[in-house]
Amino acid sequence: MTKIKIDPVTRIEGHLRIEAEVSGGKVTEAWASGTMFRGIEKIVEGKDAREAWIWAQRICGVCTTVHAIASVRAVEDAIGATPPPNAELVRNLIAGSQLVHDHVIHFYHLHALDWVDVVSALKANPAKASQLAQSLSDYPNSSRTYFQAVIGRLKPLAASGQLSLFASGYWGHPAYRLTPEENLIAVAHYLDALEWQRDVIRIHAVLGGKNPHPQTFVVGGMATSLDLNSPQAVNAERITFLRERIATMRTFIEQVYIPDVLLVASAYPEWTSIGGGTKNFLTYGGYGSGPIGDTASYLFPRGIIQDLDLTTVLPLDPANITEQVARSWYSYEGGDQAALHPYNGETNASYTGPEPPYQWLYTDREYSWLKAPRYDGQVMEVGPLARALVAYAAGVPAVKQSVDATLKKLGAKPAALYSTLGRVAARALESEIVMSRLEGWLDQLERNLNSGDTRIADTAKWAHSSWPQSARGFGPHEVPRGSLGHWVEIQNGLISRYQAVVPTTWNASPRDAQGQPGPYEQALVGTPVADPSRPLELLRTVHSFDPCLACAVHVLDAAHAGQRTTVSVEPT
Amino acid sequence: MLPSGQTLPECLAERGVSRRAFLNFCGVMAATLALPASYRTQIAEALATVDRPVLIWRQFQDCAGNSESILRSPHPDVAEIVLETLAWNYHELIMAGSGAQAEAMSTQAVRDLKGKYIAVIEGAIPTGTGYCTIGGRSALDIAREVAGNAKVTLAVGACAWDGGLVQHGPTAGQGVQDVVPGASVVNLGGCPHNPANTVAVLVYYLTFGEMPELDQYNRPLFAYGDLIHDQCERRAYYDAGLFVEAWGDEGHRKGYCLYKMGCKGPSATYNCPEVRWNDGTSWPVEAGHNCIGCAAPEFWSSMSPFYSRLPNVPGFGADTTAETLGLAVIGGTAALMAVHAGGKFVQARVGGGRDGVDRPADANAGAEPLGEQAPAAQLPAVDSPATEGRTAEAPTTDGDPGTEERSETGGSLDEDQD
Repeated sequence: MTKIKIDPVTRIEGHLRIEAEVSGGKVTEAWASGTMFRGIEKIVEGKDAREAWIWAQRICGVCTTVHAIASVRAVEDAIGATPPPNAELVRNLIAGSQLVHDHVIHFYHLHALDWVDVVSALKANPAKASQLAQSLSDYPNSSRTYFQAVIGRLKPLAASGQLSLFASGYWGHPAYRLTPEENLIAVAHYLDALEWQRDVIRIHAVLGGKNPHPQTFVVGGMATSLDLNSPQAVNAERITFLRERIATMRTFIEQVYIPDVLLVASAYPEWTSIGGGTKNFLTYGGYGSGPIGDTASYLFPRGIIQDLDLTTVLPLDPANITEQVARSWYSYEGGDQAALHPYNGETNASYTGPEPPYQWLYTDREYSWLKAPRYDGQVMEVGPLARALVAYAAGVPAVKQSVDATLKKLGAKPAALYSTLGRVAARALESEIVMSRLEGWLDQLERNLNSGDTRIADTAKWAHSSWPQSARGFGPHEVPRGSLGHWVEIQNGLISRYQAVVPTTWNASPRDAQGQPGPYEQALVGTPVADPSRPLELLRTVHSFDPCLACAVHVLDAAHAGQRTTVSVEPT
Repeated sequence: MLPSGQTLPECLAERGVSRRAFLNFCGVMAATLALPASYRTQIAEALATVDRPVLIWRQFQDCAGNSESILRSPHPDVAEIVLETLAWNYHELIMAGSGAQAEAMSTQAVRDLKGKYIAVIEGAIPTGTGYCTIGGRSALDIAREVAGNAKVTLAVGACAWDGGLVQHGPTAGQGVQDVVPGASVVNLGGCPHNPANTVAVLVYYLTFGEMPELDQYNRPLFAYGDLIHDQCERRAYYDAGLFVEAWGDEGHRKGYCLYKMGCKGPSATYNCPEVRWNDGTSWPVEAGHNCIGCAAPEFWSSMSPFYSRLPNVPGFGADTTAETLGLAVIGGTAALMAVHAGGKFVQARVGGGRDGVDRPADANAGAEPLGEQAPAAQLPAVDSPATEGRTAEAPTTDGDPGTEERSETGGSLDEDQD
């Protein structure tokens, strides 16, 4: 038995550590630890609930916007504000483009190097690569000259021995299996994707002022100026600009991203039976055509799949969600074995790990800054795979067709989804589905504006005087990495308690009071390890979840309502 | 010279970037840096012969928003390559290797290139045990090693500058200048930093071998020297007394001033209205939301509540200057305002050891806003950001020449907009 550690796990957001026991060339037990804590959200307590989203958005800059959306929804739920249809459409456009953008960055810049050997690409024959690329799709960047230029770009780096960001990779590892030409195509698309993501996210700049951290959300709607005829608003010209970006998105998804995912999936078929893990999946659902409360209109339905039974979608009741801290660096006032619903959540940091610098964590005790969320006491995986499985089981036509067609291309059965590559495929498929909705949302927005409906916010609920004295609310949002929920309690317009349960907290959770390992920890068991000093295979499964650790160590807790931050500017 | 033996323009040509596009890029950089246009050639020549310094980007108590922001860097074709002219050897978010292989990149730079590499720090740094460890080492230990041995350290974003919102939480995370006092730190505040400015700082550094002129917070003046209010495209509406009264009202659709919605533009500096975001596409005020002053010192405490209007304004319209507005704001903001009322001043360079290279004499000339002529000697004494941020009462600026001059010319600032 060998014990290995990966710290830091890079190509993720945040600071993640994996410890694992390897025996007979396979992982037999694994521990996932979040090694950074900010507790930033303790300070939202006493803040004007209308600005909670500005603070909460800073939980994460990779999944930027998602906490802003969950936050305004939670406050709106509490005070009974109803964003008008235009605001829902702008939110869908921001959230949908963020999801697609994030998935592409994940595949190319955070995950691809687990499958693609950059150094091997240097040996490729550009003419052969061109031939292969043209057989895969109609993407125009596929000439011999184009691939020659990519090699020309990499060669000076390699020749200098200074590979920059690529310097520390596991090149030449026996687990890499793509041909030099396939590697070259993927590296070329890695570079193209860098440019693509800079361009398409300008959708957020138009609708939100900037990205990362767009800045036009408001409780009750949006602050985006909309007027087709105003030079100082999102006008006809800006709508055309958005339409062009959506078209760019479509081209890249259809001609580059999906074909590349299929290329990787075809080359690594055994990874459709590795990395499954927990058999329970949860999703809040979302991306509807109406208000957030209209769950019937959701593109991705709400529900639970239990024990991989795709014949039944179980209903989801947010009241059954709890968080545990028995193996985390926190304590609960009522005892660390307790399981608390977010409305009663507590966050008392209590580091009991080893004094740094350390070699190993105390994995038999507390070992992570993540709590352990559970549904009805059970471990749940959230994310694109959960959304796909629930939608597939519920018979959502867009998802069913897309999943079936992909499985057919790969010659695989639905069970293949329950794997490392299943997560990768689910992410690509939902990118295509959400991308194809963006244009419709934009059309609808333009129609509304044309018909004279320029409403963008529920202004009747802006002033605190229109709010109940005390209120609490829940804000769900399906984000790239899974199901995100914010829970808020408000007293006299100010936040008295705030909790978030975040996708990576579900997926990267440590063991709970019953000793049940979290989804990463379960998925890693059985993963092959060819070379324990270069554990590339573990990274494949961990990255397939798209970890986001800043999100995961959320601690959105404002339990001490008595304290108020002294403010120096008078509230309106 | 690039490793291949090519010059950068040759290397760019091979990648389909013309000499002209490269010069355009250098021109944009000169403009962002507020250098005279003639510096375009100097930048181009310097970048053509640059010798790929190593860059180590470390993240601590962060959200990776500043990393994501640099990925959105404008002028992609060329900026990317300019970045490639650096050996970008460590960056947790996107580097290829993990674990020991990753950490070796950082420790090697410290060991082999002491005093020669560039460090970038993102996120706050806690001093308590266990709040942030990477590879089993504390963030504080790593920060001291990496920033302490770098030639220069860029602190990107609010958290790395002064602790950002992390400093208000239970871990009380701090900025890099506070936990590594000997380091040569340039602060690039903002939430996140604007990559246009950070790339410009790197280009300036590669061109002139030193950092551009800095303010009392060690921020580059070209980016942090001017009030947002003075550069705002909605300023004319402010002067005319036309304000947004509610989200989505007629004034909001027509782009009236957001002051009444809580805009902090009158009390915050940044070149946000000038360089905008995402390749110049927009910025929050253009999109319709008030400025939250995210590049101001300790903005999470000095600028919140974000939707409350700046108080004690003696009437709206042309008789009100940014300076009188700013004076009404508390503590740090008021002190900051006084500094601006007194005119832009320049203080010491970062750390020591870079005094050998002369700055262009008029490097900052292009950045001077109208009417700011007051000599540095008239400025209030400020020891440090910390003490200034806690100043209870704002120094008076009554009779300050800068105030008068700017109020006279404020209305014409829109002419500077693109």
